[in-house]
Amino acid sequence: MTATTEAPATTVAEPSTAAVPAISLTGVTKTFQSSRESFTAVGGLDLDIESGEFFSLLGPSGCGKTTTMRMIAGFEEPTTGVVRLDGTDVTDVAPNHRDVNMVFQSYALFPHLSVADNVAFGLKRKRVGKAETDRRVAEMLELVELGGQAKRKPSQLSGGQRQRVALARALVNQPRALLLDEPLAALDLKLRQAMQMELKRIQRDVGITFVYVTHDQGEALTMSDRIAVMNEGYVEQLGTPAEIYEHPATRFVAEFIGTSNLLTGTAAATTSDGTDVRLDCGQHVLVAERLSEGTQVDITVRPEKIQLSTEPPDASLSRVRGTVADTVYLGSSTHYTVRLDDDTEIVVFQQNDRDLSAADAVAGRGSDVWLSWRLSHSYLLPS
Amino acid sequence: MTVTLDDTAAPTQAPRRTRKTDWGKWFTWGVLAWLFAPITFMIAFSFNDIQGRHNVTWEGFTFKWYGGVFDHAELTQALLYTLAIGVLTMLIAGTIGSLLGLALGRHRFRGQGTTNLVMFAAICAPEVVLGAALLSLFLLVGIATGFMAILLAHVMFTVSFVAITVRARVITLDPNLEEAARDLGAGPWTTFRLVTLPMLLPAIMAGGLLAFALSIDDYIITSFVAGEVTTFPLWIWGATRVGIPPQVNVMGTLIFAVGVTLAVINVIVAKRRRS
Ligand SMILES: Nc1ncnc2c1ncn2[C@@H]1O[C@H](COP(=O)(O)OP(=O)(O)OP(=O)(O)O)[C@@H](O)[C@H]1O
Ligand SMILES: [Mg+2]
Repeated sequence: MTATTEAPATTVAEPSTAAVPAISLTGVTKTFQSSRESFTAVGGLDLDIESGEFFSLLGPSGCGKTTTMRMIAGFEEPTTGVVRLDGTDVTDVAPNHRDVNMVFQSYALFPHLSVADNVAFGLKRKRVGKAETDRRVAEMLELVELGGQAKRKPSQLSGGQRQRVALARALVNQPRALLLDEPLAALDLKLRQAMQMELKRIQRDVGITFVYVTHDQGEALTMSDRIAVMNEGYVEQLGTPAEIYEHPATRFVAEFIGTSNLLTGTAAATTSDGTDVRLDCGQHVLVAERLSEGTQVDITVRPEKIQLSTEPPDASLSRVRGTVADTVYLGSSTHYTVRLDDDTEIVVFQQNDRDLSAADAVAGRGSDVWLSWRLSHSYLLPS
Repeated sequence: MTVTLDDTAAPTQAPRRTRKTDWGKWFTWGVLAWLFAPITFMIAFSFNDIQGRHNVTWEGFTFKWYGGVFDHAELTQALLYTLAIGVLTMLIAGTIGSLLGLALGRHRFRGQGTTNLVMFAAICAPEVVLGAALLSLFLLVGIATGFMAILLAHVMFTVSFVAITVRARVITLDPNLEEAARDLGAGPWTTFRLVTLPMLLPAIMAGGLLAFALSIDDYIITSFVAGEVTTFPLWIWGATRVGIPPQVNVMGTLIFAVGVTLAVINVIVAKRRRS
């Protein structure tokens, strides 16, 4: 078993072996049944997680991330559907017979065992020899920079150290996939950022598939190869961080990931470049898509894609007029809130790469400004 | 009241504070003295050099009762019965009670509420009532009074104490710990042996010792079901009319010493586990 997982890093590089996903969920649902009510935590999941991938499950609290992860690990039995690891159906296989390891939200370190014994726990169960166990435990503790703490008990460690022990305890088994349930949630911001880099480095070094649960969109965007955005037990969108950020597929994703502006309106006329949309505030903007007249649309634009100016911008751009309601100076950038006639607020991020005096002139609160963006920077949300 | 004045006046203020009586401290010592007075008397009178039958007035110091601690054959027999029943109760009630506590703390099952209720009822019910009820039950189903009957009765009334002690610990256990063990490749039994049991051990030991302590000094329930068997408490009660021999004090002192030793060991083990 260990022999096959010894060098997953090389298999990632070969696209030919990527045919079988490391983890695959097909039509998986989970309904919790209690005497009084039944609650569907996962409504229907179809996911293929590739070998060697850093895959994130991202979503708000209670959307079913932990439940999904527990079904992969084997602690929860799916109500319907099939869980496969490397193409093998493991839906009915006990957790101790699945070649995946989990890092718990609460770390779940064994308090009566030393750090080294915690890390050695999995290897001893697999009856790896004593010398081999000692060597791999020492190696793993070195990797997570806990070499000096081997004899300590978990209660004598700091939060960040415990987190790393939990990681080492799972990684040392060289599992096919590592499941991490909000492993950094309990850490403060500084440590969290340091650990994000650390986790990413370790993942690259060992080449194991990581399934990472988080409700922190920044964390998911910086670390993941691919993200599944979940909401109320369903995947709203699956894609690379850039795809999800730049092309949110649903209103939920647009609002959950980053800041985005939402403009509602009705298609008024088709033009040579696309469609002229009449916004609810009465102004007109252009979108690249061709829409039949009278269609209700939601347009979303990211704050950093919008240009703010006092002069009327080029007519080939989408543009609206508004009044600056608020400005927040953040050093490298300034955040403007611009209000349209119908009180729709649009957030704009401007890099402070021009003269401060010039930016200041634009920034004045209460001044009338133009907002503009390229047609390719706005997206229609399906309503 | 200025800060500077207060600072310089600090040395003169200190004695004023000590003059105030610390009632909390005196109360604590008072309660401790009250608790230990009978034990102190028991220990002291095990060294009393009495000539007659009655060990109630101080007549001089001697070690001779320790030498002749087993001179009363009946008393020795009673003590052996009590110790045997105590140890067996500790083992049986400890095991059953621990499993019961584990089930009650961990799982939801049909009849859980009833089980809880019965357990508390067993603890709250007056011992006289329990003893009388057990006697009729034993007579009804044809269990002869005597050693087995006493053992059954003791297991029955101590098992709830063990279960409640263990359950309290189980509830505070992180269920993820057992899942983590399963995740790392341990089967259900290995998980229990390597994770659950070590975490519950202090509570199990505390429960077992409690069962032992309750068993060895039980008089009321035992008196109903003992039949021909005389246990240590029963023998002493019988002897009060003719005078209690100092050997009783010696045995009491020894039992007390063993109890203290066990309690100390339990505390040390629990402490070592925690750090
Ligand atoms: N054992 C259970 N019995 C009943 N309902 C449950 C159970 N476990 C989870 N749920 C419910 O299922 C839903 C999803 O829970 P889950 O733990 O998967 O959320 P999550 O996405 O991990 O949230 P968080 O970010 O807060 O950890 C929640 O509404 C929760 O109340
Ligand atoms: Mg969760």
